[in-house]
Amino acid sequence: MTEQPQVPKYKKDETYQLRLFITGASPNSTRAISNLKEICEKFLKGNYELEIIDVHQQPLIAQAEQIVALPLLIKKGPGAERRLIGDMSDREKVLRGLGLS
Amino acid sequence: MSTAKKNKSTLHYQTLPKTETGIIGLDEITGGGLPKGRPSLICGEAGCGKTLMSLEFLVRGAIQFNEPGVFMAFEEKASELTMNVASMGFDLDKLQAEKKVKLDYVHIERSEIEETGEYNLEGLFIRLSHAIDSIKAKRVVLDTLENLFSGLSNQTILRAELRRMFQWLKDKGVTAIITGEKGDGDSLTRQGLEEYVSDCVILLDHRVINQISTRRLRIIKYRGSVHGTNEYPFLIDEEGISVLPITSLGLEKEVSSERISSGIPAMDAMLGGKGFFRGSSVLVSGTAGTGKTSIAAYFANETCKRKEKCIYFAFEESPKQIIRNMHSIDVDLQKHIDKGLLQFHASRPTLHGLEMHLVAMYKIIKKFKPRAVILDPITNLITVGSVSEVKAMLIRLIDFLQEEQISVMFTALTLNNIVNEQTDEGVSSLVDAWILVRDIEFNGERNRGMYIMKSRGMKHSNQVREFIITDKGLDLVEVYLGPDGVLTGSAREAQKLHEQTGDVLRDFAVSSKDRELIRKRKVLEAKISNLQTEFESAEEELNKIYQQEELIKQVTRTTREEITNRRRGEQLIKKGGKNE
Repeated sequence: MTEQPQVPKYKKDETYQLRLFITGASPNSTRAISNLKEICEKFLKGNYELEIIDVHQQPLIAQAEQIVALPLLIKKGPGAERRLIGDMSDREKVLRGLGLS
Repeated sequence: MSTAKKNKSTLHYQTLPKTETGIIGLDEITGGGLPKGRPSLICGEAGCGKTLMSLEFLVRGAIQFNEPGVFMAFEEKASELTMNVASMGFDLDKLQAEKKVKLDYVHIERSEIEETGEYNLEGLFIRLSHAIDSIKAKRVVLDTLENLFSGLSNQTILRAELRRMFQWLKDKGVTAIITGEKGDGDSLTRQGLEEYVSDCVILLDHRVINQISTRRLRIIKYRGSVHGTNEYPFLIDEEGISVLPITSLGLEKEVSSERISSGIPAMDAMLGGKGFFRGSSVLVSGTAGTGKTSIAAYFANETCKRKEKCIYFAFEESPKQIIRNMHSIDVDLQKHIDKGLLQFHASRPTLHGLEMHLVAMYKIIKKFKPRAVILDPITNLITVGSVSEVKAMLIRLIDFLQEEQISVMFTALTLNNIVNEQTDEGVSSLVDAWILVRDIEFNGERNRGMYIMKSRGMKHSNQVREFIITDKGLDLVEVYLGPDGVLTGSAREAQKLHEQTGDVLRDFAVSSKDRELIRKRKVLEAKISNLQTEFESAEEELNKIYQQEELIKQVTRTTREEITNRRRGEQLIKKGGKNE
């Protein structure tokens, strides 16, 4: 909780570019979307671009992005690219993965 | 008869549909290939050839059987793979361009990934599915799927997903190969993949014994199919993998009653006058320097003279050396090489393991299709294996050669101190004919004696012949069997001379006696004629006297008659004078 105040500082620097890969309306996918949206609204409000991609619709992207496990969240920026898999229910890990903790 | 037929037909009905791998030998062991539409597991230690075998399965499928394939690599990048197999003549770039093969490199880096809850491998499924659909693949290779375990930590999810994946592959109807690294202890793979792949498991092995490596393959299980259960050696060379299925061969080979000459007329004469059977195996054994290689070269020469192909595997001398040496006995092997009838393959026995030698020979023979093969000498193979291993290898080689109706001649060196001649590499019981050349040391010189130990199925001489090597070539002569035993070499020559002298002396003696006889006859004849003349003169003498007497008698009578007549006349005149 003490680290949370630091978060807004990062926010100001750059916009978070997030891409969430999901598979249709599977339970994992819907959970991931809602969990991620919740986190983003809470920690990155107004400072993120979230793109949600259904891999089923664009199978070619799976190879291009080296997708194995789904759902997958790729943080393109700021900083190094990070990959997060799972339904984003482990908030600690999501925040760490996004560099917010 | 009818039940057998019935069994066969039902068996045929139940037989698992199979996908040919196109890998030399593997289809024979598996009885037609891998189970069609099912996943198979190839496992083994690092560097045993898993990736190569699976890739060859894919490439051969694409080229030979028109079955496109997807290769999903978890270990190597597509470019690396392409480069690695280019040395084997597989052009993956071209095949990819022709949409026959699709490579997909799956990269998972644990450090880049944060697991934030429930997930599945749907991404992999989508990729695979897309790849399969895009080229209508019939074959799939996942190499090495276990890498997923190092990239993702949630084992429960992974295992469930793997199970789902194999089911999914089956549903897709693709023939898949999954490779897995051998685990510790008894487990075939580190992650226990074998529990998911239940249809066919092949174990590859790369063993080094006495610093010589041998690759082996074994089918651990193959559900619903008969398969070879042995460990089969396999070779990786510039043409890919070749497995040597040996025990799949039964003892049902064709036999020929055609006879082929050994190249030495005198030896043919010992073998019932016609030589060896075609497709038979001949062992020539003997001590060092007895001319085994010369016999082999003669055999090669004779084979080529018949315009038949011959391969000479030399394990001791280089081809050039053999050719040069054979010139000294008037055999020109070079001209046969130039004509393409003769091939030399020289290799040190220690070049690779016995099985590798066998596979290599097998390949060369398959390619060149000779009618005769020479191995000179098999004794040297002992340096890379034990007697029993060499024997096992030779059994397989002989089996294979007889199957192909190829005559084979082995030469083997026997050591002087080995008393028991029956155990030359233990192959003497395998071969059809066994010729033994040996030293006969006598009278201060060494000579070569040759005899036929055995020759199956033909009348053969039981005689020991002297084996002579001259500038003109090889020949056999009968040894001299005298009161002093077997004589060879100069002793034989001396004995011959001795006999000749005897003959001359006898001739001389005979002629002088004849002359004496004639002389005696002449003398006697002269005597006889003398006697005859003597007799004639005596006879004449006697006759003369007799005639004289006769004459006298006659004369006396006539005179008396005259006198009487006269007297009578007087009596007529004077009567008184008649009685006086």
